[in-house]
Amino acid sequence: MEKIFKKPKGLNDKTMHYCPGCGHGIVHKMIAQTLEELDLLERTIFISPVGCAVFAYWYFNTDHIQAAHGRAPAVATGLKRANPELIIVSYQGDGDLASAGTAEIVHAAARGENISVIFINNAVYGMTGGQMAPTTLVGQKTSTSPFGRDPNFAGHPLKVCEMLATTKAPRYIERTSLDSVANLNKTKKAIKKSFDLQARGEGFSLVEILSPCPTNWGMSPPEAMDWIAETLSKEYPLGVFRDERADTEVRNDS
Amino acid sequence: MPKIEIEKNVCKGCGLCVRICPKNVIVISKGLNDKSYHPAEYIGEGCIGCKSCALTCPDSAIEVYK
Repeated sequence: MEKIFKKPKGLNDKTMHYCPGCGHGIVHKMIAQTLEELDLLERTIFISPVGCAVFAYWYFNTDHIQAAHGRAPAVATGLKRANPELIIVSYQGDGDLASAGTAEIVHAAARGENISVIFINNAVYGMTGGQMAPTTLVGQKTSTSPFGRDPNFAGHPLKVCEMLATTKAPRYIERTSLDSVANLNKTKKAIKKSFDLQARGEGFSLVEILSPCPTNWGMSPPEAMDWIAETLSKEYPLGVFRDERADTEVRNDS
Repeated sequence: MPKIEIEKNVCKGCGLCVRICPKNVIVISKGLNDKSYHPAEYIGEGCIGCKSCALTCPDSAIEVYK
């Protein structure tokens, strides 16, 4: 009998600190699998964000830098420009990327830095206790919007993929989710495409992943997955927003 | 005959594998593991080796054999 699925080499044996049913563990596993498949583990630097995934450096068998709140794309820019042979995985949550680090991500994308950004969108600030994030849905209850997000007071959700797709330089932008087998496979494929693009020096890519936060949503993990399928992915439609791999002339033109 | 092995003390009993299993052959155990979670458990037969549970497991606690 052959083992057809095992823990990837990119992850060590430490038990993750994430809550039961957290999407971070699923994405960590996919990243580690992909780095192993593409044989990039030895030259990868993983940039941990501020947020629950700040401790990602406990789990990966790669090198690490932990960036200040929202600054992962800026750190990634410096690393990649100084050491173009490295593979940079800039891993950020929505509080980190869409709030504190909006400037950094927009400009890294606009410059077309050759990095891979993995953006975990769970519509709340996870680590600090489930406060309202820029990505929180209208009407969604969080610890700082106990009656639901009021758009007249707190505005509307920020859609990062759509926003970044208005700039010219990015090569690949896709939004996926973790709620079904088909979407899990799509997520894995998107991560692989993103790393592959970077390894071939093509330019900026971002994969946004709709991910559950059962603890702060006040749901069981299976309910949280259903909520992604029924509610979250209606507000954040899944799909490819940019895929210009074939046309190598576009980058940094005009 | 395909089968899965769940590492009992790594599992946090989140139930995502139970939700995703197309054959409903994974259940949440009545017993506790070392971390006081009720871990997921393979009922012992009916696995088709589709790897869905391993793919969705946040703690990489599942290994699949075929």
